[in-house]
This record gives sequence, C-alpha cells and structure tokens, in this order.
Amino acid sequence: MNEYLLSTILFTPLIGVLVLLFIPGRMKTAIRWWANISAVAGFLVSLPLLLNFNKALDGYQFVERVDWIPSLGVQYLIGVDGISLLMVMLTTVMGMLAIFASWDSINEKVKEYYAMFLLQQVGMIGVFISLDFMLFYVFWELVLVPMYFIIGVWGGPRKLYAAIKFFLYTLAGGVLMLLGIITLYLQHLAQTGVATFEIAQLMNTQMPMWMEQLVFWSFFVGFAIKVPMFPFHTWLPDAHTEAPTAGSVILAAVLLKMGTYGFIRFSLPLLPNASADRMIVNVLAVLSIIGIIYGALVSLMQQDWKKLVAYSSVSHLGFCTLGIFALNHQGIAGSVIQQINHGISTGMLFLIVGVIYERRHTREIKEYGGLAHVMPNYAIVFAFAMLSSAGLPLLNGFIGEFTILQAAFQANMAWGAFAVTGVVFGAAYLLWLYQRTMLGEVTNEKNKGLKDLNWREWAVFVPLMGWAIAIGVYPKPYFDILEKPVAAIVERVNGQTAPVSAAIEPVTTKSEAR
Amino acid sequence: MSSYYTATDHFVLLPALLLGLFACATLLFDFWVFPESKRRKHLAWFVLLGEVFAAVAYFRQQVFLNQYGGELQAFGGSLVIDQFALYFHWIFVIATAVTIVMSYRYFEVRDEHHGEYYGLVMLAQTGMYFLASGNELVVLYTGLETMALAFYVLVGMLKRDQRSNEAALKYFLLGGLSSGLLVYGFSLLYGMAGSTKLREIAAAVADRGQGDTILFLAVATVLAGLLFKVAAAPFHIWAPDTYEGAPTVVTAYLAVASKAASLALLLRILLGPLGLAREVWEPILAGAALLSMTVGNFAAVTQTNTKRLLAYSSINHAGYILLGVVAGNQTGIQGVLVYMLVYVFMTLGAFLVLTVLCRETTTGDDINDLHGLMRRSPAHAIWMLIFLLSLAGIPPTAGFIGKYFIFLSLIETGHYYLAAAAAIYVAVAIYYYFRIVKSMFVEKEETEMPPLSVSLGTRAALLATGVMTLGIGIYPEPLVRFAQQTLVR
Repeated sequence: MNEYLLSTILFTPLIGVLVLLFIPGRMKTAIRWWANISAVAGFLVSLPLLLNFNKALDGYQFVERVDWIPSLGVQYLIGVDGISLLMVMLTTVMGMLAIFASWDSINEKVKEYYAMFLLQQVGMIGVFISLDFMLFYVFWELVLVPMYFIIGVWGGPRKLYAAIKFFLYTLAGGVLMLLGIITLYLQHLAQTGVATFEIAQLMNTQMPMWMEQLVFWSFFVGFAIKVPMFPFHTWLPDAHTEAPTAGSVILAAVLLKMGTYGFIRFSLPLLPNASADRMIVNVLAVLSIIGIIYGALVSLMQQDWKKLVAYSSVSHLGFCTLGIFALNHQGIAGSVIQQINHGISTGMLFLIVGVIYERRHTREIKEYGGLAHVMPNYAIVFAFAMLSSAGLPLLNGFIGEFTILQAAFQANMAWGAFAVTGVVFGAAYLLWLYQRTMLGEVTNEKNKGLKDLNWREWAVFVPLMGWAIAIGVYPKPYFDILEKPVAAIVERVNGQTAPVSAAIEPVTTKSEAR
Repeated sequence: MSSYYTATDHFVLLPALLLGLFACATLLFDFWVFPESKRRKHLAWFVLLGEVFAAVAYFRQQVFLNQYGGELQAFGGSLVIDQFALYFHWIFVIATAVTIVMSYRYFEVRDEHHGEYYGLVMLAQTGMYFLASGNELVVLYTGLETMALAFYVLVGMLKRDQRSNEAALKYFLLGGLSSGLLVYGFSLLYGMAGSTKLREIAAAVADRGQGDTILFLAVATVLAGLLFKVAAAPFHIWAPDTYEGAPTVVTAYLAVASKAASLALLLRILLGPLGLAREVWEPILAGAALLSMTVGNFAAVTQTNTKRLLAYSSINHAGYILLGVVAGNQTGIQGVLVYMLVYVFMTLGAFLVLTVLCRETTTGDDINDLHGLMRRSPAHAIWMLIFLLSLAGIPPTAGFIGKYFIFLSLIETGHYYLAAAAAIYVAVAIYYYFRIVKSMFVEKEETEMPPLSVSLGTRAALLATGVMTLGIGIYPEPLVRFAQQTLVR
C-alpha cells in the first residue's frame, strides 16, 4: 500500500474526473455527490501519508520512481518530506472543503466546474510531491488551465479579464523558469555527463556565480509571480476578486503556496550560493517587506470586501517570503507554518465573503453594517477568522507571524522592525472591516432579513476553526515534522561546502530495490 | 552507371511513381467512372489507397535503411533516400491522408466537390517527394514548382468564392516572385560550383571562404525564396490572405505539408552545401525567426477570423522552427524535426475543428462561429482546447515537447536572448489562442447555429490528430527516439 501511496493520492481526483465525465450533465445532484465523494476520498487516501510518515528520517519518504522520458532524462519521481507533506495535506483538506462549499453556489455547468476543480487538485498535489524538476514543471503548468476556467467561466463581472491576466502572468513566469531549469540541467549534464532532472542529483552542480544568479532570477520570476511578491502581485486582486468563492479559497490557500514552496524546495537547495548572496537576499527581503506594508495599506483603502481580503494575501505572503529569506531555521519553518495558517484564515475569510455574497450579491463594504444583529453566528465565525488572520495569540496566525518576526530580527533588526508594522496594519484593516460590516446598527434595509449560517456552511467552517485552534495551541507537531527538512536546507544554504547529496538521497526500500 | 534505370533507382523512386500515377488516375477516374458529383467521395477512398501503396513503399525503404544504415542514391546521385528524407515523407503521408479524409465532407457542404481536387493533392505530394529527396538543384526546383503549381490551383478551388480567387492570385504572384529569387540563387550556386549537385556545391562553398560577395548574394536570395515558402517574416505577407481565402482543408494542407516540404528543402540546403557558410546565414535566419515570432504573435492578437489567426500563428511557429536551425546543433535539428511533426498534428486538428463548423450558410471561420461550442459539441470543444494548448506549448501536450527542444538547443548553444524572447512569446501566444477558448467555453451563441457538419472522416481524423497531440505530450519517448535515429548517419 505504502509503495504506491503517493500515486494513489495524486490520481484519486483524476479518477473522480474520469467517472464524472460519464455522468450526464443534467443530473446535477448526482454530479455534486460524486464530486464530493471524490474529494473526500482524496482526503482520506492522504491520511495514511500523515500517519505513516516518519519524522525522524532524513530525506524523502514514499518515493516512487519510474522512467518517463529516458532520452530527456525525465523521471516520474515523487516523494515527500515534511514540507511537502504539510502542503499535500493542506491541498487535500482545502480542496475537499472548497468543493463542499460549492454545493449551493454553482448552478451552471456543474459538471465542468467539478471536473476542473478535481483536475486542479491533481496538478497541485503533483507540484508538491514532484522530485523531478521537469515533472514539477508539467504539474505547475497543468494547474493554470483549470484555474483559468474556474475564474473565467464561473467568476464575477470582470471574470475574463481576470482569468487571462492570471494565466498570462503565471505562464510568462513559468516559461522563464523553464529556461532556468534547462540551464541548470545543461550545466549538470556538462559536468557529470548524466542527463537528469532529478533534484537530488542537480544539487551536485557547480556553477559560476553569475550563472547561478541568472538561474536564480529565472526561478525568481516564476515563483515570485505565483506567490505573488511585490511588484508582480497585480494579477492577484483581480483573480481573487473575480473568482467564485471556492476558486478564491483554493487560489489563496494552495495555489499561492506553490510559489513559496518553489523557493524553499528549488531556489534555496539548488542554488545555495546565489540564495545566500547578500545582494539577492537584500532585494528579496526588501520586496517582501514592501509587500507586507503595501499590501496592508492598500487593504485599508479597499471599498470592496473581497478585494480587501485579496490584498491582505499580498501582505501575508510577504511574511512567508521574508521568513524564507531570513535563511535561518526559524524563518523557513515559520514560513511553512504561516503558509498553512494563511491557507486556513484567508480561506475562511474568502468563505465568509462568499456567504454574504450569496445572500446579497454585492461585495461593497458600505452596503453592510450591523450584520452581527441579523446573523450572530456568522459574526462569531467572522470574528474568529479575523483574529486568526490578525495573529491573536493562541490562534494559528500568531505562531507563524511570531516565528517569522523572530527570524527576521535575528537576520536583520531593520527587517524585523519594518515587518512588525505590517502586523499592526493587519490588525487595523481587519478590525476596521469588522467594525464597518458587523457592528453598529443595521443601516441597510436589505440586510434585515438575512439568514444566518446554514448547516452546510457550518460544516465548512468548523473544521477550519478547529484546525486554527489546534495550530495555535499546540504547534509542536508541525515544527517537529519540519525539523529535518528545514535543517537540511539551512545547512545547505549556510554551509555551502557540505556535501548534501547524501542527506537528500531518497531513503526507502523502493529506491534501493531499483 | 551502365544502365539508365537500375533496381536501386526504381526502389528509391517507387513512392513518387505511385503517387504520380495515382494522381493521374484520379484525374481520369473523375471523368470516366464517377462523373456524377454524388459519388465523388469514392475518389477520396481511391486516393487513400494510393497513400497506402506509397506508405508501403516508404516502409520498405525504412526497413532497408534501418537494417543497412547509410543512404540510397538514385539517378547518379540526383535523388537520395536517407533517414532525414524518410522522416519528412512520413510527415507528408500523414498530412495528406488526414487532409483527404477531412476533405470530402467540406467540399460537399460548399457544393464545390471536384474530382481534380484529389488528384491535385496527390500531385502536390509528388512534388514534396522531390523536395525532401532531391539532391540536386534542378530536381529540387522542379519538385518545388510541382508542389507550388498544385497549390495555386488548390487555393482557388472554390471557384465561385471571390476570396478564394483572390487568395489564389496573390499566392500565385508572390509565389512566382519567390521562386524567381530562389532560382536566381540557385543559378549563382551553379555558377560558383559549375555543377548542380549539392555535394559539389558544398566543395565550392568551402573554397569561397567567408566574406565573399557572390556567396552572400547566393545565400541571401536562396534564403529569401525559402523563407517565403515556410511563411516566415519578412516574406510572410501572402500567408494571412491566402490562408483566409483558401478552402479550410487546403489551408490546413498548405500550413502543414507545404511548410514541412519547404523546411525539408531549407534544411537540405542550409545544412548541406551551405553548411560551411553558417556565419553568413545564421544572423539572417535568427533575425527572420525573431521577426516571425514578433509579427506572428502581435498580428494574431487582433484577428477576428480564426483562419487568419491561425495563419499568423503559423508564421509564429515558423519562427520557432527556424530558431532550432539557428541553434543548429544536434539537439536543435532534432528539435526542428520533432516540432515539425508535432505541428502537423496540432495544426491539422485545429483546422479540422474549423472545417466541421462550415455549413452551406456559413463559412464558419469567424471567431463568433465558435460561440458556445462547448454546449453544442463538447467533444469538439475539448479537442480544440487540447490543440490550442499544444499550439501554445503548454504541457502535457505535444507542442510543449517541440518548444522544449527549441529552448534546450538555444540555451545549449548560448543563445540566451533568443531563448528568452521565444519564452516570452509563449505568453503572448496564449492570449490569442485563449480568445478562441473563451469563444468556445464562455460566450453564448446569439442566434441559432447550424448543426456541425460531421462525417465519419472528420471523426476519424479528429481522433487521430487529437490522440497524437495528447499522446506525444504525455509519452514523447518514441517520437524523440525516432527523431534521434533520423539524425544518425
């Protein structure tokens, strides 16, 4: 079972899609049921991964290796370490909840919608488990098409503009990244005579500094657009705002993490010299801090509820990249945890916007006010999500932000000082949003008869709230899982001469059997 | 040399003989056996039979070459069959067969079903045979003209359609000009070498050395003629009008087979006799490639006619293919071959979907005609999506493999800027390809649309091209090997 566990996780949604294609389009309820069953199955098959994962081991686990295109050196090579494990779990959980949350909100082209959503799950899981750079790239691009359709077909009024903008930005970044991948591959080929895209082997490449930097920047374009880092963030507010609720949730919770994951998995270990280069680190840290502060300030100014949440993502992802480029253990571990936190809290915030949008069909903040009187449960959930996002102690956001800030202060006092202001602004825009929408008297007649949360909405929020509390109260398991892989990366970047290939070599019986 | 027509000559020439004979027989059958137009589609099957015969002849040559290696020369070295030529012959067979299969329904619908169409298609393929297998200037030129003349008529096949007539005339005039340039270049090469044989020209070019004016003039004029034929900028002006006006099936055939045949000629000449003059033609070719991608991409963005859009996109693809020649190493040429075959499948597939939209009342080539295709026929919409993704070069489709090789070869040879430009243009291209996608999946049809004109032939062709486009993308190993083996002498 363990032998093919990752493939099972990867292809379960795909099987769901294939079966879905044979259900006639008019049987909407059957389609919904089947999509939800597939998503739940996708989550269930990922549970053994968590249970059987051995956090005491170095390197990758559950490794599967099959030659795919031998003449190009491409393998179907997948495996997980602590970082990818958390990302895979985030994907399966959020995917399941997002699909469940679409039950009522999607009524047109239902079959196509769920097919795209499940297909996207395949792409995202693939990104997080690929240990072959070309395989990674294939999954990376595979994600774009379903997301284009989810935004472009089921989105808001400016959906087409937002969809193609999303596609063009990420594609341009992706193709430039491909050039970097090819350069790395060719350097490795020239030095060792081995044609391979396997990450563990590519790590042995020695490149002149200028070339390593060139490759770094080419990766940077790909990942930074995805994250998105300032100044590549402009696609994000459009895409987030126009996407249907579940699309925004997945976009924020998982898709953006592909960028930060890329930095951690590829940029740092493959290009340790360039990643530790003073100039590059400074540029990236400064861009992250600009992202943190700029994102927060722009959020303060928003009239549109959903856009506010979208810009808050820019701010939060700034923390994640800042943590990565603090280049110490805490920073990277904190960044990964913050990525999960952001998935939970921003996912919740988008769901909250979705709940009210379904009832009122407007996202203008000034249309609302005093909703707490009409929808008390909704107000409680929103308060919870807001506090989690703002980083209240004992909730998840605090753990991530605190660790990252600690790391930033360790790396450079000034970074920490600037980044802290982001936390303050973050609390400001969230509290202000809450005040404007929830508190006070009900000013708008239309808001008087709104229904509170129904059981389906509760069913989505409760697991997320539980998860948020769990991380906030007891984050140790997460840090434990991250311990080994993060240590390997930090050692790789800071002690650049140490041979790492031994530590990164896959450690399972499967690879030995080969 | 003692006998005029040896067994080897026969073995090498046989496919061309078969193709030519079937072409002539088709023309005669049209008069004698199937005079009434209802039964003309039997001619399609007859022509397909000819393809099968030719394929068998090619297959025997392939087996021979695989077994003994090297190359087969015929008629004192004027014709040659090597792995490289055979690779292109297979492309021609595939392209012609698919075109034939998708044609009869199209012409029936347009009420212009003429028997000579099938004969001309085969005649064009006969010309292509000599383009890929010719090893001597006169043979090459004759082949080129045989192909081009057939195409001039094919483009004007819709006799009552003004645009088709206009397209044919434009293509004819500009094609004549480019042939003139090419033959002028050929005459200069002949003047330098005193022979029309490519091998002897190669020796003469080597003697000339760099910076020679005559050599430069010869290279420039030959290149001008060749770039015209592959529809690369700045000699692309004919392509949009011709592609738009020609019957869609002919457009597909022109975009695929004519381009492949001209590319075979281009590779044969540039890598053969002019191989030593690389310093002369490389910058010209790099400039043409860059210009093709620029013109093709940016002009395509504003098109509302899908055939025109695909015409510009084919100019863009010519640019990518030429970049592989610019890189010029083993990977580059392998990339050109892979790209060309992949291009055949995805382009034929895309045009195929357009032919299905064509009815008595509409030509189906406006972008609005695709509105709501997802609702009207999900299968066609999804296949079209796959073709478009492949044309744009998104994995896991075949187009990505082609682009990958081009990028790989460019970086391998240190052409970083060209690689970066080629990469950025992928994002530009997705913009206009996705205008079609948007039209199919998002927009709703405003008026009642006529049903699609589907036939057994179009179904089969769609399945074949679609499966290949997706299949090569997911498992490219066999194709990559095949292209690799082609380059081993």
